[in-house]
Amino acid sequence: MAKLHEKKFVSADPEKCIGCSICEYACSMVKEKTFNPTKARIRAIRLGPLVNLAVACRLCEDPSCVAACPRDALAQEENTGIIAVEDEKCNGCGWCIEACDYGAIMLHPEHKVVYVCDTCKELGEPQCVEWCPEEALDFVTADVLAQKARRSAVEKLFQEGVEKASASK
Amino acid sequence: MLAYAGRILRVDLSSGKTETKPLTEEIAKQYIGGIGLGIRLLIDNSKPGTDPFSPDNPLIFVTGPLSGTMGPTAGNGYAVVSKSPATMGIAESKAHGFFGPELKRAGYDAVIFTGKSEKLVYAWIDDDSVHLLDAQHLKGKSPYETDVAIREELGDHYIRVSAIGEAGEKLVRFACIINDEFRAIGRTGLGAVMGSKNLKAVAVRGTKDVNVADLDGFKEFIKMIHERMKGPATRKYRTLGTPENVLVLNALAALPTRNFTQATFEGAEKVSGEYLNEHFVKKIIGCATCAMRCDHVAVVPEGPYKGSTTRMEFECLWALGPSCGVDRLDAIIEAMRLSNYYGMDGISAGVTIGFAMDLYENGILTKENTDNLDLRFGNHEALIEMVKKIGTRGDWLGDVLAEGTKRAAEKIGKGAEKFACHIKGLELPGYDIRGLKTAALGFAVSFRGACHLRSGAYSPDVKGKVDRFAIEKGRGKIVMENEDVYNAIDSLILCKFSRGTYYDGLDDMAKYYSLATGIEMTPEELRKAGERINNLARLFNVREGVGTRKFDTLPVKIMTVPIPDEGVAKGAMVNKKEFDLGLDDYYSVRGWTKEGIPTIEKLEELELGDFGHIVQKSEEK
Repeated sequence: MAKLHEKKFVSADPEKCIGCSICEYACSMVKEKTFNPTKARIRAIRLGPLVNLAVACRLCEDPSCVAACPRDALAQEENTGIIAVEDEKCNGCGWCIEACDYGAIMLHPEHKVVYVCDTCKELGEPQCVEWCPEEALDFVTADVLAQKARRSAVEKLFQEGVEKASASK
Repeated sequence: MLAYAGRILRVDLSSGKTETKPLTEEIAKQYIGGIGLGIRLLIDNSKPGTDPFSPDNPLIFVTGPLSGTMGPTAGNGYAVVSKSPATMGIAESKAHGFFGPELKRAGYDAVIFTGKSEKLVYAWIDDDSVHLLDAQHLKGKSPYETDVAIREELGDHYIRVSAIGEAGEKLVRFACIINDEFRAIGRTGLGAVMGSKNLKAVAVRGTKDVNVADLDGFKEFIKMIHERMKGPATRKYRTLGTPENVLVLNALAALPTRNFTQATFEGAEKVSGEYLNEHFVKKIIGCATCAMRCDHVAVVPEGPYKGSTTRMEFECLWALGPSCGVDRLDAIIEAMRLSNYYGMDGISAGVTIGFAMDLYENGILTKENTDNLDLRFGNHEALIEMVKKIGTRGDWLGDVLAEGTKRAAEKIGKGAEKFACHIKGLELPGYDIRGLKTAALGFAVSFRGACHLRSGAYSPDVKGKVDRFAIEKGRGKIVMENEDVYNAIDSLILCKFSRGTYYDGLDDMAKYYSLATGIEMTPEELRKAGERINNLARLFNVREGVGTRKFDTLPVKIMTVPIPDEGVAKGAMVNKKEFDLGLDDYYSVRGWTKEGIPTIEKLEELELGDFGHIVQKSEEK
């Protein structure tokens, strides 16, 4: 696989996501053996009936959470891009939480250290993606996201072109 | 006993004092949760003859055993139970969404509100900490405005709120309680009970774990239900939604039109599920943990009601549409939005307005009573105006109609009761039971008044499994068996839209319960719990003096005005002879007396012997 397909993360399609939070429950079930959305590594947010989205770590290049940590508790794995937390070093100060623009890194309510999506790497596939009934979640790379956006833009452009052509007839 | 929180919270709104008590495994297994547990807590915590608006009438929020788990639909519900200001008997209603699981995660199987606050307050339940906070600045706000304001002032987006609107504050007898913008504890006037307590809202944040007994087995089970939810059993709810019923019932001449004047609607196409989805539905969303998604969010794209947004389901669409002779979906959507805004049950609101229109057409109400409003059937502007007037108890007519059709008819007089379409004080839903007679029997004996969801007895009629134009021996059994299953469903708080995914019915449901709670439950035990709950609800109604044969009735129109429309149903209505036969049949299979009162033997069989005094007292009368 080309190198640009190595860093896969969980991304929700805003057209499909309905904010049902199954992903939160699936995450806490797999990772914590309990049902508790406040312990999930992915979080759904509903701002209104038409505005829903689930958010998880996007494996940023040059991640601000890592840069923000004064105790070097966070590091980004080179190949996968996953943010690794060294629990012994983390004191739950929350600088990384403030630094993340997406609210994707959180303080664990019991362990009092930060935690973040690791794409269920030990299971091979993020379990939230498996459970999402809307197929709104994708385990993708940035490049595939760009490909999808590009394809849909071009499709739209040409569809409009076709409609314009038929309207002028 | 896993999955249950094991705790019941009591909040005295008069003194502000709170206490928690344990939920015992015995009660949990016998009453499951939801309405079952709620009804048991109601009968244990209230005195006979209490006025529904008295501080002594408890208002009980109950979660289900599975609330807070990933179980689809059962994971996301809650129920509210009290004494109904509409029926003076059992009030119960369920809602799904995100509120129920939050309450469970805060650590409660039930919250019993007693007393009455001096000023308008809301309850803030933050895990173990419970506070009553001032809500005077929220007075008159809609449930959703209240929701947004509370989350804003407490500073947490994930707080879940269940609130009343102006209708609840003003004791409209069919006021509801709403969570998650569109999800309603809709029927039997629970919003008015909440209003009578000066309780504007319940806000919850829960962060505790909800654990199940057999996680692997549970996971496998819910995976199976999720897969079934993507299949034919839920197709209707995921595609056109319940408004699909409009054309189905119209074709059967079972779509009550203009307050049960006709049974077909010439405007049916224009208010059909097909039309709604093509022109108005913008997105279909869903509740927490549900793989089905059924919330059809409709937005009016143009015209006088442009921008009006609401969730739309069949019953309310029917009540605010065909029942009022209104054939414009944009107006129906606006009327629904306003019903939610004021916080009223859209079914009862629509039926009550249709009733007023019927009175106007028949000269019982005139322009003098309507403040010059031309209250003809089909006048969509009058519909909107009346929703506002009722929701705010705006003028004389709004105030009278806010009492519901039964009491409004008494106040208006002049034979108005002949036009009032209610049973036990609760307005009829959208099935013309003159030609759906299993449903007619089911509606009549339901412990919460006219309701399609207490037994689903319309189903054998609509599906052609029985002769729908007759009540024969055997219908009592159909109604009873459906009721008992529905009581189990409403105690587990399964969403009824998902009922088809439990291919093996009670077997599946009992397994679901046992996997989560670790309490062994056989399908027969679950069925018996459903029967127990029905009998206890009946006992409550007997105790309150509304639980005997003479209260199991049908509206005057259903028994005296034959369906006039040409076609299959022409001439259909329910006659007294077949209705009496139906009641006898039902009481007999229930093990009740001819007067419809549970016998001591039946109560003992259901471990309800402790409530025998209610029956004895009733017999002494």
